[in-house]
Amino acid sequence: MAEIVLDNITKRFPDGALAVNKISLDIADGEFVILVGPSGCGKSTTLNMIAGLEDITEGELRIGGKVVNNKTPKDRDIAMVFQSYALYPHMTVRENMGFALKLAKTPQNVINEKVEEAARILDLTQHLDRRPANLSGGQRQRVAMGRAIVRDPSAFLMDEPLSNLDAKLRVQMRTEVSRIQRRLGTTMVYVTHDQTEAMTLGDRVAVMRNGLLQQVASPQELYERPANLFVAGFIGSPAMNFLGGTVEENAIRTGIGDIPLTGRLQQVLSRSGSGRDVIVGVRPENFEDASSVPADVRPHGITFQASIDVLESLGSEKYIYFTQETGSVDAAELTELARDSGRADTGSGEATVVARLDPETRISEGDNAELWVDGRALHVFDPATGQNLTLGDSGSPASSAGPGGGAAPAQADAGAAGQDTGSAAPPPR
Amino acid sequence: MTTTTEAAPGGATTEVAKGRKAPLSEGARAERRLGWLLCAPAVIVMIAVTAYPVGYAVYLSLERYNLELPNAVKFIGLANYGAVLSSSYWWEALWVTVLISVVSVTITLVLGMLLAMVMHRTLFGRGSVRTAALIPYGIVTVAAAYGWQYAWTPGQGYLSAMFNNSAPLTDQFKAIGVIVLAEIWKTTPFMALLLLAGLSLVPEDLQKAAMVDGASGWQRFVRITLPLMKPAILVAVLFRTLDSFRIFDNIFILTGGNNGTASVSILGYNNLFNALNLGIGSAISILIFICVAIIAFVFIKGFGTAAPGTDIGKR
Amino acid sequence: MAAVTTTSRQKLGWGATNLVVIALALIPVLWLASLSFKTPTAILDPSFVPAQWTWGNYTQILSTTQFIRPLINSIGIGLIATLIAVVLASMAAYAVARLRFPGKGVLIGMALLIAMFPAISLVTPMFSIERAIGLFNTWPGLIIPYVAFGLPLGIYTLSAFFREIPWELEKAAKVDGATPFQAFVKVIAPLAAPGMVTTAILVFLFCWNEFLFAISFTSTLASRTAPASLAYFSGSSQFTVPTGPIAAAAVVITIPIVIFVLFFQRRIVAGLTAGAVKG
Repeated sequence: MAEIVLDNITKRFPDGALAVNKISLDIADGEFVILVGPSGCGKSTTLNMIAGLEDITEGELRIGGKVVNNKTPKDRDIAMVFQSYALYPHMTVRENMGFALKLAKTPQNVINEKVEEAARILDLTQHLDRRPANLSGGQRQRVAMGRAIVRDPSAFLMDEPLSNLDAKLRVQMRTEVSRIQRRLGTTMVYVTHDQTEAMTLGDRVAVMRNGLLQQVASPQELYERPANLFVAGFIGSPAMNFLGGTVEENAIRTGIGDIPLTGRLQQVLSRSGSGRDVIVGVRPENFEDASSVPADVRPHGITFQASIDVLESLGSEKYIYFTQETGSVDAAELTELARDSGRADTGSGEATVVARLDPETRISEGDNAELWVDGRALHVFDPATGQNLTLGDSGSPASSAGPGGGAAPAQADAGAAGQDTGSAAPPPR
Repeated sequence: MTTTTEAAPGGATTEVAKGRKAPLSEGARAERRLGWLLCAPAVIVMIAVTAYPVGYAVYLSLERYNLELPNAVKFIGLANYGAVLSSSYWWEALWVTVLISVVSVTITLVLGMLLAMVMHRTLFGRGSVRTAALIPYGIVTVAAAYGWQYAWTPGQGYLSAMFNNSAPLTDQFKAIGVIVLAEIWKTTPFMALLLLAGLSLVPEDLQKAAMVDGASGWQRFVRITLPLMKPAILVAVLFRTLDSFRIFDNIFILTGGNNGTASVSILGYNNLFNALNLGIGSAISILIFICVAIIAFVFIKGFGTAAPGTDIGKR
Repeated sequence: MAAVTTTSRQKLGWGATNLVVIALALIPVLWLASLSFKTPTAILDPSFVPAQWTWGNYTQILSTTQFIRPLINSIGIGLIATLIAVVLASMAAYAVARLRFPGKGVLIGMALLIAMFPAISLVTPMFSIERAIGLFNTWPGLIIPYVAFGLPLGIYTLSAFFREIPWELEKAAKVDGATPFQAFVKVIAPLAAPGMVTTAILVFLFCWNEFLFAISFTSTLASRTAPASLAYFSGSSQFTVPTGPIAAAAVVITIPIVIFVLFFQRRIVAGLTAGAVKG
């Protein structure tokens, strides 16, 4: 059992590429932390540095209070599960799981006992004498987990452990991972590029982009109060819609109409004066069929007309897609997100907006429907810095400036534990 | 793995951080050292056996050096090269070598392609065809050459008997024909295996797509298979050409280089062991080396042959 | 109906083609075998199948040091050269496939150059050098050039094999607490073994086959290899051409190759084509 502290960790490769840039992160004993981000954001490099498989260029890594920068993986007391599982093909399941203990010269009867216990937890008992080649994908994955569990290490490191499984098995194993972590209570650092995994598994999620930490917070916090455009666009499925807008007196002018400014947002935006360009973010569930919105709620938002291109009915909810003049929403973050999710570039000035409606709605494909959008749930972003202006003055001002525009403003309420601007402290458990 | 343990508990951590700002981390430097260390023995052996002797041959080729007259060793500049290049033996040997190379490589390529197709497409018996084809590749060239020699010996050989007791090995062109035949038999399987590997890289779906597009079997071969196999073909032809240019074993056994069938390698060998002339022999060695370098250069620069293994470095 | 007839016709066609290929590959070898069983009188009969059979040619060559000694030389020199070449090539290939270091390109280029090298260019200077340092007509005098020419083959084949090894396994072993040495011995080496065996087969075949160096750098039975010894065979009297014994000897040195090919054909094919195609 141990806490893991990353103190301004930097990784620069021999060819000069900066993979990880001054990351600071405190992972509490027993905590389950997810590192998430698009491919190439430095999350796996970070994990490899924690494991000792990559040199740390700068900064300090502490596990259980001890600096381990120069320790070999062997001396760090960590276990790791790899994306490819990395099972030794020439050893049986039993030998695979017992390999680490054998290297540590553990007596054979203790090894057997521990391997069999882990096999019981993972439902592998009847496969112990088979080779990895004769196992299914899900079984291999469980052997990889078993190899980690047997060690009883002070921390588990997981590098996209579920990404090689098919969709159904992945959901099943996700629950499994969660159950095992809770049962063992061991610190776990889990890398994934799948935001659904990130949202469902972790106590806290650290979002990375281009080697920089964007925000560290609980899944709910990330969803409700994303620190910047990138986090807002990355977390949530379907993704948040982004529309171009201009700040007017008491309202933001957008392609779907003038959205009135209320309360806090008004204060923040009025200071910068009217005429300022912003990007407005609306989650799909903040749209509604105008006809089903009660009269007393209506004034909190605006209604607008849209011609519905596609309607997908999932039974419990309906998704509608309509095309919208977005104004200019040119931000590096959005281009990157679009590339990552395989969507076409969004720079065209027109974009498809997704809305999630109540299944009761009568709207059908091809209609010119009247929709309502909740003005209270808007996120407003600065196109230049990507900062979420909605959060602007909510908490302590100290947390706003970080490398790359705001690592972890949402952490302000976590107390004074994080002294540096970029640092993120664990929440009280 | 770095094992620097200067990070005393308490303070020295900032110094560690500074020390690590050097352009190369300790790990990268260790990796370099290990890389060089692991390659060193192989490099030393390869240099000792090739680069050094070639350098020495350049030096020898500038001397008059006959083993029968060890006291008459004398620096004579380029005179040995002059002697070789003005000799009709050299030009005939070069012409014979080029002729054998061009004819045998061309036929080997065609037959190798056919054999590769057979191994790729045959409905059954793929294993036995491949095993059979590997036997000529594996067999000792000298042993096979004796087989051919006896087969063409009048009064003894079945092939000679089939062709009216002819004695082809006593005639320059017929002998060259027999040599080419022996070369083709020996090297076609190797060519076929290289081409087969290239053939299996052509996606089956492309063939199907072309079939749907209405291409005939021949059109598919010329328009789809050949262009996609071009890199594999060029590599195979380059290696086969260079190999063929240094032909020695087959000629040595079949004709001994008599009747105008000596290749440049035979010429070099005879010069050393019959004339015992190190100077002339070295000059021939260097000239052959230059010829090979020219062939390789033409293939790699002229035809754009990817030198095999160049993708190794990209990792 | 139509489909069935085409398939059986196709089957017939492919069967015939396969037979032709197999016949073309085997006839010259069978001819050699037939010669080796012919009596001295039957030798003068050009028929493919011996009229009179005899083991005499085999008993003759296997009872003289003229052939036994070269056979021992061939096996010894081949095995030692193979062992050295595979060890050195494994080290270099591991570095090429696995490590980043400047000079890797030079190494690959050098190996390529040697693979294309005209062996005859080395004969004259090496002859002179070996005589000067006393290696002429010794085992090391052949082993050293064989290692040098086996190395490029080995480096190419092995680095192609090494690149296929999932290196995440090495990381996993390190995290499991293995030292780099343990990671290599317990995890990587068992996985690399098939590649090394393949390379060893190819290098040994090369050494077994080699003729030019073998006749250039040897002068007596002390180091002459089996292929070279064929050229120095003498008949029972000075005037008989020793056709039968030579054929028998040729068959004897061919048998190990045929056995090798039968047992290891998959590996030989994999090794021959490794790295040659991907460019």
